Amino acid sequence: MTDEPLALNVEHIGHSYGARRALDDVSFSVATGSFTVLLGLNGAGKSTLFSLITRLYAAREGKIEIFGHDVARESGAALRRLGVVFQARTLDLELSVMQNFVYHTALHGIGPAEAKRRGEALLERAGLADRAKDKARDLSGGQMRRVEILRALLHEPRVLLLDEPTVGLDIKARADILAQVRALVAERKLAVLWTTHLIDEVTPSDDVVVLHQGKVLAADTSANIMAATSTESIGAAFEQLTGAKARDAA
Amino acid sequence: MTTETSGFTARQYAICLAGVIWREALRFLHQRERFVSALVRPLVWLLIFAAGFRQVLGVSIIPPYETYVLYEVYITPGLMAMIQLFNGMQSSLSMVYDREMGNMRTLLVSPFPRWYLLGAKLLAGVAVSILQVYAYLFIAYFWEIEPPTPLGYLTVLPALVLAGLMFGALGMLLSSAIKQLENFAGVMNFVIFPMFFASSALYPLWRVQESSPVLYWICLVNPFTHAVELIRFAFYEKISWDSLAAVAGYTTFFSAGALIAYDPAKGMLMRKGG
Repeated sequence: MTDEPLALNVEHIGHSYGARRALDDVSFSVATGSFTVLLGLNGAGKSTLFSLITRLYAAREGKIEIFGHDVARESGAALRRLGVVFQARTLDLELSVMQNFVYHTALHGIGPAEAKRRGEALLERAGLADRAKDKARDLSGGQMRRVEILRALLHEPRVLLLDEPTVGLDIKARADILAQVRALVAERKLAVLWTTHLIDEVTPSDDVVVLHQGKVLAADTSANIMAATSTESIGAAFEQLTGAKARDAA
Repeated sequence: MTTETSGFTARQYAICLAGVIWREALRFLHQRERFVSALVRPLVWLLIFAAGFRQVLGVSIIPPYETYVLYEVYITPGLMAMIQLFNGMQSSLSMVYDREMGNMRTLLVSPFPRWYLLGAKLLAGVAVSILQVYAYLFIAYFWEIEPPTPLGYLTVLPALVLAGLMFGALGMLLSSAIKQLENFAGVMNFVIFPMFFASSALYPLWRVQESSPVLYWICLVNPFTHAVELIRFAFYEKISWDSLAAVAGYTTFFSAGALIAYDPAKGMLMRKGG
């Protein structure tokens, strides 16, 4: 047992856009040093949940805590522990890679000298040191994504959220990014919440949260979910869970 | 429970503000055509429009002027305000663009308070607009358009800051209401042009009152009129208290509206699904 609070704790979260219910009583948690996949089809509510965790939207139902800090009431304390990679590209294309880093760290109260030191170290380790002065628009899609992940690490967060980070990338770039993030979990004991609709990004040791039509259908290790559904793969388990849900709804 | 604190030091707040201003300035400098057009627009008014209308639109002696002034001199404060109005709207356009491209999220997920982040963004826009105004004044100097004493360049600065804040806050408020970049053309037609023409920028209000009392009242409630007069008086080392109060009031109103619009619980972000 440890006294440390959960890295991310989502409790009974609900959210509506007018009459449309996007999330309904969503609860799950992410522990320190774990790689958790938030798995759901397009429209499942993943991005809405992501926006609530990052305080882009305010949670009106339920509670979200990051290391015990309520995102609504202690947003500063919660967000400084959070690194975020959005689904849409958020690099400023007009600025260089290092300028993007300096801007990002300024938004966390870290000065330019420290930003450059940290940025250079991260780029060096990622094999991108020669791209520091290049404009972001000159990077490939995969490089941009990797730079965005590095940028999210600059303020040394303890939780990393990635919203469909591999969408639109080729197979190699996808594999590289997945490997990069999994290595971070091992090295830095980061808690990672990886949202995706791509089943093949899940490994048997991952924690998985299955989100479908705004509801959590399962939240456990990939192996336990397969055992509970008597299936051989997480893909089959996902199909069974969401298919059963669809039949129930019909 | 964790023992780490959530507070930032004053130095960290300053770093955040400097970072936002630095990024805005870099973007501005990278967009050379934006810099050029920001200068060309008022210069066209000054060198072509004002020269053509000099004989048609006579300006009597009205405060803060103590003697007859050339029409070019009269419209210069209006053109300074126009630069700031366009810049405020440009910032609004940039925020809509950032929102569509996702850059806005980088700003909004910062752990600093939302009001501070938006304030920093606002100040960044003001800094860029002041840079443009002084570039314009530098060129205008060669056409003998200058304050009565060099001190005027300094006394106009607070007025420019306040007017810039007002236009920036207005732009921020508008950006929350504009759902798509394509809708921005409407801002030109329904905000910039009416504000500019229904003001004291091009003609003294007593002339407007003579021809249309209704338009005169519209001009009087137009925030742009008060920004122009605030700048006009400050350029002549004087204060127009009415305009100062009006600009301060409008700035507060627009800023409060922008804060509500960008509040995670109430604003435009909540209306978008995803």
